[in-house]
Amino acid sequence: MWASVAVTAVKLVVVAGSILTCVAIMEWVERRGAAFIQDRLGPNRVGPLGLFQPIVDAVKLLFKEDVTPTAVNKGLYYLAPMISVFVALVTFIVIPFGAGKDVTVFGVPLGGLIVAPDLGVGILYLLALSALGVYGIVLAGWSSNNKYSLLGGLRSSAQLISYELSMTLAVLGVLLATGSLRLDDVVSYQASHVWNFIPQFIGFIVFTTAVFAETNRLPFDLAEAETELVAGYHVEYSSMKFAAFLMSEYMNMVTASALIVTLFFGGWSFPGMGRLSGWWLLIASVAVFVTKLAFFLWLFVWVRWSLPRFRYDQLMQLGWKGLLPLATGNLVWVGFAMAMRWL
Amino acid sequence: MVVLVFYAAVVVGVVSAVVAVAHRNPVVNVLSLVVTLFCVAVSYALLGAEFLAAAQILIYAGAILVLFLFVVMLLNAPEVKSASEPRPFQRTAGLLLAVAAGVGGVALLMGIQVVAPGAQVSGDAQAIGRLLVGPYLFAFEFISVVLLAAMVGALVLVKRKH
Repeated sequence: MWASVAVTAVKLVVVAGSILTCVAIMEWVERRGAAFIQDRLGPNRVGPLGLFQPIVDAVKLLFKEDVTPTAVNKGLYYLAPMISVFVALVTFIVIPFGAGKDVTVFGVPLGGLIVAPDLGVGILYLLALSALGVYGIVLAGWSSNNKYSLLGGLRSSAQLISYELSMTLAVLGVLLATGSLRLDDVVSYQASHVWNFIPQFIGFIVFTTAVFAETNRLPFDLAEAETELVAGYHVEYSSMKFAAFLMSEYMNMVTASALIVTLFFGGWSFPGMGRLSGWWLLIASVAVFVTKLAFFLWLFVWVRWSLPRFRYDQLMQLGWKGLLPLATGNLVWVGFAMAMRWL
Repeated sequence: MVVLVFYAAVVVGVVSAVVAVAHRNPVVNVLSLVVTLFCVAVSYALLGAEFLAAAQILIYAGAILVLFLFVVMLLNAPEVKSASEPRPFQRTAGLLLAVAAGVGGVALLMGIQVVAPGAQVSGDAQAIGRLLVGPYLFAFEFISVVLLAAMVGALVLVKRKH
């Protein structure tokens, strides 16, 4: 009993620590990547290649003056960044980061590199909790008592609900083919069949587009839109409370990329993995997963600095008239293909 | 241990339900309702109905109440100043009913199991799916038609204004 609790706790610490480290690295990648795309250098003074820049930034944010405007609704104003970080931190426990079913640590089975392998609802848990993330943004917008914040919060709530539908429908196609809600099963299904992005390419496109909107990244960052709303829902936030929103955005990006990899690109599985077993398979699978993850994280940065922002009506039009029919079509196609025994 | 989680969920759920009704600020009302629904989801999970718990959070807390909040914010609903009571007997009657319901609830709680007895029930998605497309197929399809009718009705109501 206690041994398995200890194993789960260690897995939790390792995975959460890796994701928080990933946030720091992504901040560097974002700034250097933006500089690379815009043909300039970016932060390159602190440490080799500017790699220590995130640490310096974090220290700066910690020691900045924490301003709380007088007219805000205090309770909700403090609650909003907490909700954002909480939701971003609890969602990843159902994502399998690597193999390891046959690995034991001091005699205790590891049960795969997934924090909660026994959670039967799997991805539904993730979707349910990430759906709560909208409260962080909406409450930040409302409690700040600022018209720009309020507009950002309102836009974001409408946007998140619209895109959640298409995202869930795209996920449904994958679940239909797998016949299970567990992401572990989704990975082993793809390992024994074909990676889902080939038969469900439309589902992959819809899902990727929808998670860009769900994470509030350009070209869908209507909630921030600095050219019209100053900074949207977090105008009135400073110091660590502002950093909390920033961190949760990057953590959501990591979770979203991990989901794209797991649902459509075979997760940690790779061709020829049957020859490895035990710790070697675990290490190799984590390396493969991180490589795939890195590509999609880079895609987030790449798109952000390449595409202009959508107008609000275009955003809604794309969500309801573009992605939703496509996602439904994908679902029908998967059902048809399964009935014809093609999948 | 699990019983403690249940009682914590019950206490938080009831308190936030009272806040949802009584607080003056409409945004706080909606948020307390979210907390209440979350606590209901916790007790579903304790009963072994994992799927129902996830669906509860996904649909109610994640979608419906966000729309509530959206409307409250969009209309910028003002805080209720201690409203004058149009029908004074309403409050007394409501209080009596609430006490009766509370006593009944406690009496029920004495006897029931609050935690799923091991391996007796299966609340996972596959079991529920089999039930929905098996014995309850007609009700399941019927509800989808009712929902469609509600959607069409909402559209008609909106169109009529223009």
